[in-house]
Amino acid sequence: MLTALLLFFPLAAALLLHFFKGGTARVVAFGAALLEFVLAVVVAIASKSSSATQFAIDQPWIASSGIRFHIGLDGLSLLLVLLTTFLVPLIMLASFRHEYKNASAFYALILFMQTGLIGVFVSLDAFLFYFFWEVALIPIYFIAGVWGGERRIQVTFKFFLYTIIGSLFMLAAFVYLYFQTGVNGAPRSSDLLAFYNLSLSAAEQSWLFWLIFIAFAVKMPVFPFHTWQPDTYTESPAPATMLLSGIMLKMGIYGTLRWLLPVVPLGVSQWSKPVMVLAVIGIIYGAIIAIRQRDMKRLIAYSSLSHVGLMAAGVFSLTQLGLQGAVIQMLAHGVNAVGMFFVIDCIERRTGTREIADLGGLTRHTPVLSVTFLVMLLSTVALPLTAGFVGEFLLLAGVYEYSAWLGAIAGLTIIFAAVYLLRMFQRVMLGPDTSFTATIRDLTGAELAVLVPLILLVFWIGLFPNTFLHISEPSIIQLLDIVKR
Amino acid sequence: MDQNIPEVIRTVPLQYYIYFATALFAIGVTGVLTRRNAIIIFMCIELMLNAVNILLTAFSAYRSDPNGQIFVFFIMAVAAAEVSVGLGIIVMIYRNFQNTDVNLLNRLKW
Amino acid sequence: MQETVLPAAGAPNSTLLYILIPLLPFLGFLINGLLNKRLSGTIAGVIGSATVLGSFLISAYLFSTFQYQYTVTLFDWISVGSMQIPFSYQIDQLSLIMLLLVTGVGFLIHVYSIGYMHHDENVGKYFSFLNLFVFSMLVLVLGANFVILFIGWEGVGLCSYLLIGFWNKHENFNNAAKKAFIINRVGDLGFLLGIFLIYLTFNSVQYGEVFQKASLAQFGPYTASICTAITLLLFVGAMGKSAQLPLYTWLPDAMAGPTPVSALIHAATMVTAGIYMVLRSNVLFTLSPTTLEVVGIVGLATAFFAATIGLAQNDIKKVLAYSTVSQLGYMFLALGVMGYTSSMFHVLTHAFFKALMFLGAGSVIHAMSNEQDMRRMGGLRKALPITFITFLIGCLAISGIPPFSGFFSKDEILSHVYEHNKLMWAIGLFTSFLTAFYMFRLLFLTFFGQFRGTEEQKHHLHESPASMTLPLIILAVLAAVGGFMGAPMILGKHYLADYLAPLFTYSQRINPAAFAAEVDHNTELMLIGASVAAGVLGIVLAYVQYVSRGVLPAEDEGQRSAPESLVYHKYYVDELYNALFVRPIMGLSRGLYRFVEQGIIDPIVNGFGRITLGGGQLLRYVQTGTTGMYLILMVVGIVLILALNLFRF
Repeated sequence: MLTALLLFFPLAAALLLHFFKGGTARVVAFGAALLEFVLAVVVAIASKSSSATQFAIDQPWIASSGIRFHIGLDGLSLLLVLLTTFLVPLIMLASFRHEYKNASAFYALILFMQTGLIGVFVSLDAFLFYFFWEVALIPIYFIAGVWGGERRIQVTFKFFLYTIIGSLFMLAAFVYLYFQTGVNGAPRSSDLLAFYNLSLSAAEQSWLFWLIFIAFAVKMPVFPFHTWQPDTYTESPAPATMLLSGIMLKMGIYGTLRWLLPVVPLGVSQWSKPVMVLAVIGIIYGAIIAIRQRDMKRLIAYSSLSHVGLMAAGVFSLTQLGLQGAVIQMLAHGVNAVGMFFVIDCIERRTGTREIADLGGLTRHTPVLSVTFLVMLLSTVALPLTAGFVGEFLLLAGVYEYSAWLGAIAGLTIIFAAVYLLRMFQRVMLGPDTSFTATIRDLTGAELAVLVPLILLVFWIGLFPNTFLHISEPSIIQLLDIVKR
Repeated sequence: MDQNIPEVIRTVPLQYYIYFATALFAIGVTGVLTRRNAIIIFMCIELMLNAVNILLTAFSAYRSDPNGQIFVFFIMAVAAAEVSVGLGIIVMIYRNFQNTDVNLLNRLKW
Repeated sequence: MQETVLPAAGAPNSTLLYILIPLLPFLGFLINGLLNKRLSGTIAGVIGSATVLGSFLISAYLFSTFQYQYTVTLFDWISVGSMQIPFSYQIDQLSLIMLLLVTGVGFLIHVYSIGYMHHDENVGKYFSFLNLFVFSMLVLVLGANFVILFIGWEGVGLCSYLLIGFWNKHENFNNAAKKAFIINRVGDLGFLLGIFLIYLTFNSVQYGEVFQKASLAQFGPYTASICTAITLLLFVGAMGKSAQLPLYTWLPDAMAGPTPVSALIHAATMVTAGIYMVLRSNVLFTLSPTTLEVVGIVGLATAFFAATIGLAQNDIKKVLAYSTVSQLGYMFLALGVMGYTSSMFHVLTHAFFKALMFLGAGSVIHAMSNEQDMRRMGGLRKALPITFITFLIGCLAISGIPPFSGFFSKDEILSHVYEHNKLMWAIGLFTSFLTAFYMFRLLFLTFFGQFRGTEEQKHHLHESPASMTLPLIILAVLAAVGGFMGAPMILGKHYLADYLAPLFTYSQRINPAAFAAEVDHNTELMLIGASVAAGVLGIVLAYVQYVSRGVLPAEDEGQRSAPESLVYHKYYVDELYNALFVRPIMGLSRGLYRFVEQGIIDPIVNGFGRITLGGGQLLRYVQTGTTGMYLILMVVGIVLILALNLFRF
């Protein structure tokens, strides 16, 4: 029951939101999101540390076809649900300073999206998963398309088409797998376990791998399927960017962990090398391009590409280190990206610009802002005792275990990240003032209310990663068992 | 005259119905393809429908199967509805163009 | 060297004590950082210094009660499968000495900073960074495994970045800070890869376990080559942190930071982290003679190379910076020839005299109203007597004049090198001569001759306040007598070597020959004579050149001979790196963005969209709009379908 409550509570809140307007609507929305987080924490506390699915609900959905409404939580899903429910209220709080017109629709869409995201993380039926996968896409399309920047229509259209075409490949693969479950006269089923238990030939798995992989690769995004990302991040309003980078991007990694690796293990072992190479290229490619970006948001978008590349590489290394690293890095990156984009939003709101060249010397006017910026930045460059380090350390260790050379090349990211982020920090925060920055105020209490939880989490993950590693450990071990059997 | 209708129909050999209906249909098709007046085209369509009706009736009688005649009624009802809609459109066209030449209606493109 | 989890009899049992050592400076960091502007400068300074003093006292207590090595585990940090990384400390001879060094010298420099920084408007920020540095450095030396070491390693890098760019209004300073961080990151990558390889080889990163397994060589057939790979990777990390060729260029630039920072971070403590790390993993290095050879050659080359650059610098801090690079080279040279103890010895003495000289230079700069160019100084010994005398002691120590501390440590290094390779010894000796020459060049240009600054500066000249001179005096005493903890055998007992001996038991077992070798007394006397002669010769030459003949270095635009110009421009290494790395990467960034991102990938993606649109564009011509046409097509279509059906079936 708890899972269903977790899943549908935001949806109900979104529907309810139509009865409110403007200021009240956002307060109600924020309250609902906060309640959802409390609910998720309750679920986390009530859950046991094991690889088994907990709080499962299994009802017929399209009964005649054997498609079921099957949801449940294991350690991996739980962590991502926690991340989602933690970030959504903060993202709402972060958007409070903007006066979005038609606020009730705006916040209703965010809540609606939350249902979609949680749905993705708890679905245990392929068609249900696909359903939520697309549901999560619709609100972000409207948020970016209605409240976005100048080129929003063109850019969101591209984003929408790109991801939806990607997921169509996945749907095709799921349909094929669904028919395969009925080959031996058994009733057809699209259940996750039924997919795990299929015995497919290596040749089938080989092409199924690509069908499913492309959907996730577009979503993550992995080089070279990433071109929607910088544009979308740049043109979207700040909350949409945070939702996209903080949570939505994790759908791709999660999908890979749950619906790709165990479903087509032979395909994975066959193709892991080229995918690793792609991922590592993405790491270096994104990092190098980020060095010369002029727009801060675009710079972080490319930095995100680089970091996601590392996560993908860790996942496809198929080592426990790499997979656990990816899990921790999903959390860390969620926190870092949201924090980073929020700091950029704060700067933009004060100075009216995101151009690095226009800014300078902020640190003398805004010491608190610069400290928070620095913390987020250091976590992104993986300084030890911050969240980013644990993730990157484990990921790089995993990649290194897979191949020393790839590990060494992927490791270049710690140098390049320092190059592009310190360059940005220096140009924006340090040095002489510019006409944009002469008179600006420091962070307000409301803005700190967003950043302080993020910073606390950065250090929590950095200092006590075991809190989270233990939650996902049984699931990851089980996953590796399935992949390697 | 106490023969029933199917018997009457059967007094004419089946081929003749087929020849007749084919001719009627061909005339309809030719008319639709060659004429430009919307009303005439419309009438030609009716011709084609009726050609089919005749065939259906004939076969129905020869095979002693009432289904064919039920279909005829269907077609006649649909045709009546269609005629009313179609004529309505044609009237509107006439009001706008003062003409019922279908070649004037070439806006339905691109 | 047995391992115990908890300290044995005599040592304190409470883990609180161990937590407090790094935690006190961290608390200082928090207090000073959070209350930044609300505290007056002096109070911030007192808080900062007091926390470090507290750590020093605890360290001294641990030192006095120490019996044998033990580890203290605070909590489990990262555990994934077989990778178990506890957050634990290792208390042994090496970490205790480093603790005393870091907190002791750190405390003196904190006190000195109270005086030096009192004009600055961000004193609170300064002390919070300085405390954070001490915290990171303490974590670095306390850690019981490579990953904890790495925490401190990166932490000190961050503090170095923050403090070099402390005066962040100046773009040059910011660039220097960024450069330091990035070059250090290059080294860190090597270190990180080394840690991965250690983990994969030994299935642990805990010192005790790794070194024990290594000493038993229980890890497969490729012992030597794996050890070589591990140690080379670790050494790359050390190169970055300890400014060795080719990763040394950040250290001279790092002089942009406040002078006490240069003394603490870029002379006494952080830059010796590389040596600490090699000493820590001496077992692995001993197992790989190849790496040792590389370490020795890199060290020697750095020592010589940096010394030559030091000859032609005119900025008082730059000379000291190159001298630091050069001395660090000596320490690596010592490591390379397995003179582990002598390397540690030199770390200690160097910390004393180089911190002393940096602080002395700070005192000079303070008096000269931030003038750093020696050509604008001169004759300062009358105005700054205490600074002069202490600085002189420092110079004598670094030049290897007995009985000052540098003499003992440098002599010990050179005698180890002599046993190893005569040519390397000769180069080392020549470098020692160069060192004496440029250090006394600095001394003479600054304190002797006529004053060459402006009238205003002359009027302002004053000896520094007590908070600055007191640390100078204490460090001068240490620099003068510190050498007796490791006097050569003929003079007495080598306390340091005895104390450190347990650290090298595994190494000694692996390579007993290197530890057994003992020079006879005649050779030893010859070596001492040679190194003293080299030092004296350097001093005399400097005196003749800069005092007797009163030569002044040429102005920046002045005429120079080709070799002189090459040295003056630091062999154009910065320019070379710019051309080799910075510009290509910048160009690549631009190129990838313009041509690959916007020129290939994005157009391909958009191309799919265009194909769809273009297809529609073409197909729309089929829609003529002529009703007759549609009808014909319809009829044709129906006929075709019928025909197909007829002929198929």
